[in-house]
Amino acid sequence: MSDEAQPETEPEAPVGNARAGITAARASLADVPPEPGAPKQDPILKATGVRRAFGGLVAVDVQHLEVQRGTITALIGPNGAGKTTFFNLLTGFDRPSRGEWVFDGRRADRMRSYQVARAGMVRTFQLTKALTRMTVMDNMLIGAANQVGERFWAGLIPPVWKAQEAANRAKAMELLERFKLIDKREDYAGELSGGQRKLLEMARALMLNPKMVMLDEPMAGVNPALKQSLLEHIKDLREEGMTVLFVEHDMDMVHEIADWVAVMAAGQLITEGTPDQISADRRVIDAYLGAHHDAAQR
Amino acid sequence: MDWQFVFSQALTQAIGPTMLVYALGAIGLNLQFGYTGLLNFGQAAFAAVGAYGLALSVAAFGLPFWLGIIIGLGAAVILALLMGIPTLRLRADYLAIVTIAAAEIVRRLFRATVWAEHTGGSDGMREFSDPFFELNPFPPDATWTLGFISMDSGRLIVDFGLFDLQYSNRDLWVMAVGWALIAIFLGILGLLVHSPWGRVLKGIREDEEAVRSLGKNVFAYKMQALVIGGLIGAVAGFVFALARANVQPDAFSTDFTFYFYIVLILGGAARLFGPVLGAALFWFLYNIFAQGLSEAINSGLISTDIINQTQVGPLVFFLLGLGMVLLLIFRPQGILGNRRELMLDVR
Amino acid sequence: MRRAVLLLSAAFAGLLLGLGVNSSATAQDAFGVHGTLENQQDEPVAGVSITVADAAGTEIATVQSAEDGTWAVPLDAGGDYLVTLDESTLPDGLVVRNGKPELEVTISSDRTVLFPLDTQVVGGTDPGGDEPSTSGEESGETGGESTADPEAAENGENLGEIEDEGGATRAASLLVSGLHFGLMIALAAVGLSMVFGTTGLTNFAHGDLVTFGGVMALLFNLTFGLPVWVAAIAAVLLGAAFGWVQDWGLWSRLFKRGTGLVSMMIISIGVALLIRFATLFFFGGERKRYDEYVGQQPWDFGWLVIAPKEVVTGLIALGVCIAVGLALVYTRLGKATRAVADNPSLAASTGINVTQVVRLVWTIGGGLAAMSGVFLSISDGVKFDMGQHLLLMVFAAVVLGGLGTAFGAFVGAMLIGVFVQMSTLVIAPELKYVGALAVLIIIMLTRPQGILGRRERIG
Repeated sequence: MSDEAQPETEPEAPVGNARAGITAARASLADVPPEPGAPKQDPILKATGVRRAFGGLVAVDVQHLEVQRGTITALIGPNGAGKTTFFNLLTGFDRPSRGEWVFDGRRADRMRSYQVARAGMVRTFQLTKALTRMTVMDNMLIGAANQVGERFWAGLIPPVWKAQEAANRAKAMELLERFKLIDKREDYAGELSGGQRKLLEMARALMLNPKMVMLDEPMAGVNPALKQSLLEHIKDLREEGMTVLFVEHDMDMVHEIADWVAVMAAGQLITEGTPDQISADRRVIDAYLGAHHDAAQR
Repeated sequence: MDWQFVFSQALTQAIGPTMLVYALGAIGLNLQFGYTGLLNFGQAAFAAVGAYGLALSVAAFGLPFWLGIIIGLGAAVILALLMGIPTLRLRADYLAIVTIAAAEIVRRLFRATVWAEHTGGSDGMREFSDPFFELNPFPPDATWTLGFISMDSGRLIVDFGLFDLQYSNRDLWVMAVGWALIAIFLGILGLLVHSPWGRVLKGIREDEEAVRSLGKNVFAYKMQALVIGGLIGAVAGFVFALARANVQPDAFSTDFTFYFYIVLILGGAARLFGPVLGAALFWFLYNIFAQGLSEAINSGLISTDIINQTQVGPLVFFLLGLGMVLLLIFRPQGILGNRRELMLDVR
Repeated sequence: MRRAVLLLSAAFAGLLLGLGVNSSATAQDAFGVHGTLENQQDEPVAGVSITVADAAGTEIATVQSAEDGTWAVPLDAGGDYLVTLDESTLPDGLVVRNGKPELEVTISSDRTVLFPLDTQVVGGTDPGGDEPSTSGEESGETGGESTADPEAAENGENLGEIEDEGGATRAASLLVSGLHFGLMIALAAVGLSMVFGTTGLTNFAHGDLVTFGGVMALLFNLTFGLPVWVAAIAAVLLGAAFGWVQDWGLWSRLFKRGTGLVSMMIISIGVALLIRFATLFFFGGERKRYDEYVGQQPWDFGWLVIAPKEVVTGLIALGVCIAVGLALVYTRLGKATRAVADNPSLAASTGINVTQVVRLVWTIGGGLAAMSGVFLSISDGVKFDMGQHLLLMVFAAVVLGGLGTAFGAFVGAMLIGVFVQMSTLVIAPELKYVGALAVLIIIMLTRPQGILGRRERIG
């Protein structure tokens, strides 16, 4: 199902080879040592010395992190570990105090959020940001990249952008079909349920043909029935050659889909490893328990 | 008292020169506020720099009329950049405060005595509109009758029996230009808001972070909306100045902007024809109340012990303020708005 | 009849836009010129001769300005006229500022003609200035701490009485009057800021709460004949009640309906128009004064001349601001208020009654705004749009201090007040608000979180 669902293939990741490449990418993680900052065979994202302080409070201080291309990497950690802040930094929604990172061969730490998205790293939000007073279809269409009609002068002349619009619409229809939102396409996005909005947000992100998808707590507030289908959708992204980095609390879910797990606590990357290695790691358990312990005292 | 006359006057005004000013100003505001969600509380300043740009160029510096128009539009662009650059990256209410402050700065600069020899200070300026009225194709001395339409030495009378519309030949020229401008702007905006460009604006209104995450340069779009809306505001300023053949700084007070908002909300924000309908209704209501009341006082229907002529204006504006509050509470989508869409407003 | 109404409607069309700022332009006289003569302290100037002549130079009428400074000459027809103010009939020391006592005007309806009056250097004519002129050029604009702008909310009229005492004295006077003005802004700003902090609403009607206080005190003082201090207390209590009623009757209900913040901001504009025009309707457009403390004999400290009323109102305002600050820090309700401002849903979940806290904030905010209105009116009289003009200074103060923090609002208000007054050392007094608003925009550009605010954490 995933193969035919990708309407436009990335030039550097043809579908035919994607399967083999992905399997190789996942396999390569087996040789990576489970320690923070471990180098990967083919990293799509490489961050060094990323630090963000709010006044005196250091929210994020990550020495080094590499994300393997074509895998699903989970970023976990207790509340207040700095996961979302780190996410915001990587996607340009916040400015680091210092640090640099390279995304797909390009320096990305000076990019603004929209430039990051154009470069191929597209994010979703913990609290879904559906454009409520626009139709589901318009929500999808606004996601499409490089639209001629989005330029002011071209927008005035429909013939200039009508053809591209039709192609985008066809692509949106395919994605809506795949995410089972096709019947809702003329509804306002604000009329969708919470789970449907998560699906819409993910589908909308795919309109940009991203290389890497950043999901901020994709399961938060989603009912259990929808969870399984969301998980399948995330796995499909990997099958299509995309890299996924997601923030999550739920260890079960991480176990089910993640190829690799990075753990943050108190703003720092404390360890990395496969899901099995992480479950057994004493430091992770301490970090979580410690956080709970603190929370109980407060 | 003469109800027919009051009604005729109000209808005459409802599509007359002043209404055009409100319609144009609100069309610009509709792009900024209605479609993009920008809280521009300085639309009066755009009208002011337009009007003064024209008046200063022509009356104070003796430049040709068309150059005055270009200077007025240029000033509006500069004003939009000055307001937008500091605030468009910030939260929505910051733009509101900066624009209202900028509008007040503009008004106070124009009424300052420091350069009153050019601007006329609080008296404002006149004698810049002659080149415009020289182009007037409606002759001041035409007299003819064609059914219920007649010209009486340059004065157009459209007699519908129950009521009539009357315009001087100067009014007709202003209206011809004003309505043509409205048609042009509505045509342009109609194309724009139904294009992918307009879709991005609506997305920014809903959630600019989301739009940013989809690779759109939100700041650039907001700036475009602010500039274009401001340019239309400057055009409203031209029409205002030409219709009255004078400019006065205090006409461009913050209340002027607020009336644009009333007009926009009355008609329905983010509806293409909302501003035009809202302006007609606003100005009709104002005139029917104001003139009805003064007629009633003059004819002794209402005793001057209850209200006198000076109190009519405040009373009508009080009623309009009340109407605006009630409208926003009970029919926030305006006349043309869509209730279903509005229920989703969670901001 | 028909012709008269036609003219009237033309006058109304013109009146509409002038109304917001110049309500005294009455429209029933079809043709005419009129105006109000006020000195720099917005005090009426009576007994000045004004002559109106037609284009041919034939005198039509000569009138004298009345006790309230007004004058009017009705005319039979439109056209060009020459209006001349006889400078020899001006009180000593006053001149027409722009040097144009003769104005040519074109009359098409009833028209306001303004003669801006200014203080001229005249040694030793005033009670405070017994020193000879030290710096002629600078003192030309001395006394110019007051704005030339007749519509502006003004304070510190007494300072206009000192003339040429040299730069340092002038700076001291401006500093003191700036602090006073700052305290007046602060009274209004603290309320605005607390409402913003607890509800997120930018209330454009807050300035009209200031006007409300001034008007209520005037009502008690002039209509009911109570002494000003009793009227002041009554006005503050009524202002608090008005704040309570507004929240009870309008805002709390809107919040319950889930009305958006932007909609509410625009509703607050409607409320502002409503209050302002109701005031204009019942009260008229003129500046009115209380029957006490108008021409108070100032205290002369040599380096500073100040009216006792300024000192008293300033100290009370300072005391109230400190009391509010202490209450916010130390009382249970104050802590609850800050908790709500910090995070309403968290505060609600810890058992704080958010609705009640917001109601209290509105009540206190209304009372403080009314107090500001009363104090400003004691100095400058009451005008229906005084609050509207103060509101921008209040916004500037709140933004300067960082949106939503009461302490920031106070500091911002003091800085704005001092800046506005001190800026007249270098710029024309009529532009002093322009300077303050320009600073507001520069602050936005460089430090949007305000001078005291912390950079917000995203996500």
